[in-house]
Amino acid sequence: MSGTGPRENIFPTRMALTNTKLRLKGAQTGHSLLAKKRDALTTRFRAILRRVDEAKRKMGRVMQLASFSLAEVTYATGDISYLVQEQAKSASFKVKARQENVSGVVLPAFEVDRVPGSDFNLTGLGRGGQQVLKAKEVYAKAVETLVELASLQTAFMILDEVIRATNRRVNAIEHVVIPRLENTIKYITSELDEMDREEFFRLKKVQGKKKRDAEASEALRKALGAQEEEASAAPDVAGGGGDLLGSKDEDVIF
Amino acid sequence: MEALLFNVSGGFLEGIVRGYKAGLLTQNQYNNLTQCETIEDLRTQLSATDYGNFLANEPMPISTSTISEKATQVLVDQFNFLRSNAVEPLSKFLEYMTYAYMIDNIVLVITGTLHGRNVDELLQRCHPLGMFDTLGTLGAATNGEELYHFVLRDTPLASYFRDSVSAADLDDLNIEIIRNTLYKAYLEDFDAFCETLGAPTADIMHNILSFEADRRAINITINSFGTQLSKEQRAKLFPTIGRLFPEGNNALARADDIEQVRQACEAISEYRTFFEASTGAPRANGNGAGESSANLLGDLSDELGAAADLEDRFFVHEVHLNKLAFLQQFQYAVFFSYIKLKEQEIRSLTWIAECIAQNARDRIHDFIPTF
Repeated sequence: MSGTGPRENIFPTRMALTNTKLRLKGAQTGHSLLAKKRDALTTRFRAILRRVDEAKRKMGRVMQLASFSLAEVTYATGDISYLVQEQAKSASFKVKARQENVSGVVLPAFEVDRVPGSDFNLTGLGRGGQQVLKAKEVYAKAVETLVELASLQTAFMILDEVIRATNRRVNAIEHVVIPRLENTIKYITSELDEMDREEFFRLKKVQGKKKRDAEASEALRKALGAQEEEASAAPDVAGGGGDLLGSKDEDVIF
Repeated sequence: MEALLFNVSGGFLEGIVRGYKAGLLTQNQYNNLTQCETIEDLRTQLSATDYGNFLANEPMPISTSTISEKATQVLVDQFNFLRSNAVEPLSKFLEYMTYAYMIDNIVLVITGTLHGRNVDELLQRCHPLGMFDTLGTLGAATNGEELYHFVLRDTPLASYFRDSVSAADLDDLNIEIIRNTLYKAYLEDFDAFCETLGAPTADIMHNILSFEADRRAINITINSFGTQLSKEQRAKLFPTIGRLFPEGNNALARADDIEQVRQACEAISEYRTFFEASTGAPRANGNGAGESSANLLGDLSDELGAAADLEDRFFVHEVHLNKLAFLQQFQYAVFFSYIKLKEQEIRSLTWIAECIAQNARDRIHDFIPTF
C-alpha cells in the first residue's frame, strides 16, 4: 500500500503505531501552544508598533525643538561645542539595559539613568548660560525619546523575527508534521489490517488444511478399520487353510 | 580728544566706518529676509545688500554656520582694513577691541592643550579677530606650569594673567572662571585706557563698557545659581566699572535667586525695566513655540525662560547704546559700536537662517534689528 501522502519511513508495527499516535498528540498540543504564543506576540507587536509610531512622531518634534535650542545657544554665546566637548569628563546620561519577558521572548528594554549635575555647568557663565542650560535639558529630553524609541525599535525587530519563526513553526506543524503523522498512522493501521487479514486467511487456510488432513486421516483410519474388520472376519471364512505359498513365512528359511 | 585735530588722523577712518554703518541691514531688509522660504532665497536677498556675493562660491546646501562664518569674514576684512590704516591712539584702541576675542581664543587653546589636542585644529576654531602671532605657541606647553611661565607671558594678555591668575590656577580651576577673571581684568583695563583718550570717547565708551560689566555681573550671578561656584568666587568675577558697582555688586554677590538679582538692580532705572517685563507675561511672539515646547518638556522652569528673555533684553539695550555712539562725532567709540552692531547683525542673520533652515517661522522675528 503506497498511502495518500508523505509518511514516515517506519516499520508498521503496533509499537510504532502507539509511538506515532503519541507523537501526533504531542504535535497537536504543540500546535495549539504555539498558536497561542503567536497570538500573544502579535498583540504585543501591534501595541509596540503603535508606540513606535508615537515615539517617532514625538522624536521629530523634540529633535526639532532641541536643534532650535542649540540655535538659541549659538545666538547668545557663539560656538561652544569645543568647550563642552573638552569639559565633559563623565557621562551624565547613561542607558541601562534590562530584560523583559513576553511569552518566552526576551526583549531588551533600555532605561535612562541621568546623573544630576554636569561637568560644564559653568559654560556660558558670562553670557548665555541659561540658554546652554535649556539646550542641555531639551537635548536630554530628546535623547530620552531616542532611548525610548531605540528600546521599542529593538523590541519591534526581535518580536518581528520571533513572530515569523513562530508562524513558520505553527504552519510547519499544521501543514507538514500533523498530516505526515496522520498519514503514517493510516499507513500503519492499513498495513496492520492487511496483516490481520493475511493472518486470518492464513489461519483459515491452515485450519482448512488441518481439517482436510484430519478428514483424510479419519478416512484412512476408517478404511484401515474396515480392512481390519474384514481381515478379522476372513479367517473365520477361510479358516487356517489359506494359501501357504501365497504368504511368506518368515520362519521358513528356505 | 578735541574736535579740532581729530580729522587729521581719524577723519578718514571715521568716514569709512560711518560708511560701513550705512551698509548695515535696515529694518526693511530684515523684513525681506524674514520672508524668505529657503536659504537660497536668503542668499539672493543678501546679495542685494552690502554683503554682496559673499556666499557666491559656496556649494549648495549652505549651512547656517557657513553663513555666519562668511559674514564674520566680511566683518574681519573690514576691521583689518580699519586697523591697518589706523595710527595711534586709534590703533591702540582697535587693538584693545581684539583683546576680548583673544581671551576667548586663549581659553580655547588652553582647554585644548590641557586635553592634549592638536594645536592646528584648535587654531582653526579660533575667532579670526583674536588671532595673534604667539597663539600657536601656546600648544607647545605640556602642562599648566609651563604654559604660564613661558608662553602666556609673551601674549598681549600677559598683564591680565599676571594680575588675576596664578600658575597653580591653570590646572585645577574651571576654565570658565579663568575666562571671566580675564574678561573682568580686560574690561577694567579697557575702561582705564578710554579714560586716557579724553572726553567724548571716554564718556561713550564708559557707558558701553559699564553696561557690559553689569551685564556680565548679572549673568554670572544668574548662571551660577545651583552650581558649585561659591559666592566669594562669584564676587571676584564681577567687573568693578559697572553702574552697579559697588553696592549692586555686593548685593549680587549675596543673591540666591532671581528675585534678589532684581532687587540688586532696582537702583538703576534702565535695568529695572529688564526685570519688570521679564517677570510679567511671556513674550508674545514666542507663544506658539513656547506652548508646544511646554507640552513636550513639561516643567522646564519659568525661571529659565525669564532669564533667557533677560538675555534678549540685554542685547537690545546693548544695540541701543551702540546706536547712541553714532550720534557724536570726533570720537573712537563708533569703531567699537560698529563692530558690536555688525556682530549683532551677523547673529541676527544666523538666527534668521537657522529659523528658515529649521522651519521655525514663528520665532523668526525674535532677532534684534540694528537699524
